[in-house]
Amino acid sequence: MADKKVMVHVANLKKSFGRLEVLKDVSLDITEGEVVVLLGPSGSGKSTFLRCLNQLETVTAGEVLIDGVDVTNKHTDINKVRENIGMVFQHFNLFAHKTVLENIMLAPVELKKMTKEEARIKGMQLLKRVGMDAKADAYPSQISGGQKQRVAIARALAMNPAILLFDEPTSALDPEMVGEVLAVMKELAGGGMTMVVVTHEIGFAREVADRVIFMDDGYIVEQGSPQEVIENPKEPRTIDFLNKVL
Amino acid sequence: MVAIIQIYWKMLLGALGKTLLLCLLSLCFAMIIGMIFGLLNVGKNRAGNLIGTIYVDAIRGVPLIVLAYFIYFGVPAGIKMMGVQDFRLTALAAGTIALSLNCGAYMAEIIRAGIESVDKGQMEASRSLGLSYAKSMRLVVLPQAIRTMIPSIINQFIITLKDTSILSVIGFPELTNMGKTISGNTFKSLQTWAIVGIMYLIVITILSRVAKRIERRMSCGR
Repeated sequence: MADKKVMVHVANLKKSFGRLEVLKDVSLDITEGEVVVLLGPSGSGKSTFLRCLNQLETVTAGEVLIDGVDVTNKHTDINKVRENIGMVFQHFNLFAHKTVLENIMLAPVELKKMTKEEARIKGMQLLKRVGMDAKADAYPSQISGGQKQRVAIARALAMNPAILLFDEPTSALDPEMVGEVLAVMKELAGGGMTMVVVTHEIGFAREVADRVIFMDDGYIVEQGSPQEVIENPKEPRTIDFLNKVL
Repeated sequence: MVAIIQIYWKMLLGALGKTLLLCLLSLCFAMIIGMIFGLLNVGKNRAGNLIGTIYVDAIRGVPLIVLAYFIYFGVPAGIKMMGVQDFRLTALAAGTIALSLNCGAYMAEIIRAGIESVDKGQMEASRSLGLSYAKSMRLVVLPQAIRTMIPSIINQFIITLKDTSILSVIGFPELTNMGKTISGNTFKSLQTWAIVGIMYLIVITILSRVAKRIERRMSCGR
């Protein structure tokens, strides 16, 4: 573990919306290839924490380094950093006016990472990987929620990011579609992708996470391996939360 | 009625042409103005928001006829006071400016509302991939916004076409002005204004039909 590169370094992160303090003091290092699952009740700041990593939210105070680059610095080209951080959203956010394949091709082509032809080939490979190649020419409105989320994962992968952020990727899905999305995420985790996952899927956390972090009220309350945090939680708030969801 | 048409048809058609010219010029400029101020209003820049709001509120708060008088008579008078002697605005130029500014403000509101109707997640997803705000707006948000804007934009086109008649007051020889001339010459108000009214009606009906067709075609890709 010690010789692994630190991909995400967060120190004393604070985030307020007006007078509401959502993140009070969060520090965390995530190394290359690590799969970190954030658990916690709604409003505990998990999603906000995730969105601070790629600066969809500006931070109020503290340090966020992604692969050594300070993203809170105004002189940092945040667009360049974001190319390296894929994000998967609760509500998929596929581009409604573009086909499945076009959704995936848009960023690599526009950011001149690939020619149209290269992007098409890469797009089809990614779609095959998430089992959606048959729907390449469909519009988002024509596919199911689980399928949308698998396409969204493929889209996030198209820029070859070093880190993937998942913001409750299965929360908006019908129960029977959760499995197909988790399967894709498992496959990615097995492939060594650095992942930060906000989820309520305790089973996924237990099975896939290298580290589980329990957040509540803007702080990290407890963290450790799934065995430590999920099977033998020490903090009362963690125990209370797990009792409610398990 | 037939007699009027026989004598004046060329002048009426010419005036209709002037109406359409004024309308088209104004719409082109209004689209540009509307896009600029619409984007200023949805952006996060406070100064931009303020400028956009002031423009829209100012234009909406002043009747078009007053705006036309102000630009046609007021502005040259002001410039004269500053020492420039032979500054003149043609009625077409003044009319185009007045109508563009007027229509532009409403267009800005339509464009703002259209952009705001697109789910915020679309912009976030695009930004999260590394695309800039401008690129995200152009490639992701605007193409979706335009679909919801189309009916309102066409409606605004029709209003602007009718508003050209107001510019008869600054002497621009468009259709309504021609109606005044003809009814003054012939003393046949009923027939003259019936003809003028029907001419507007025909053009606007054609325009709405074309608009409906465009609207239907745009919604197909959904």
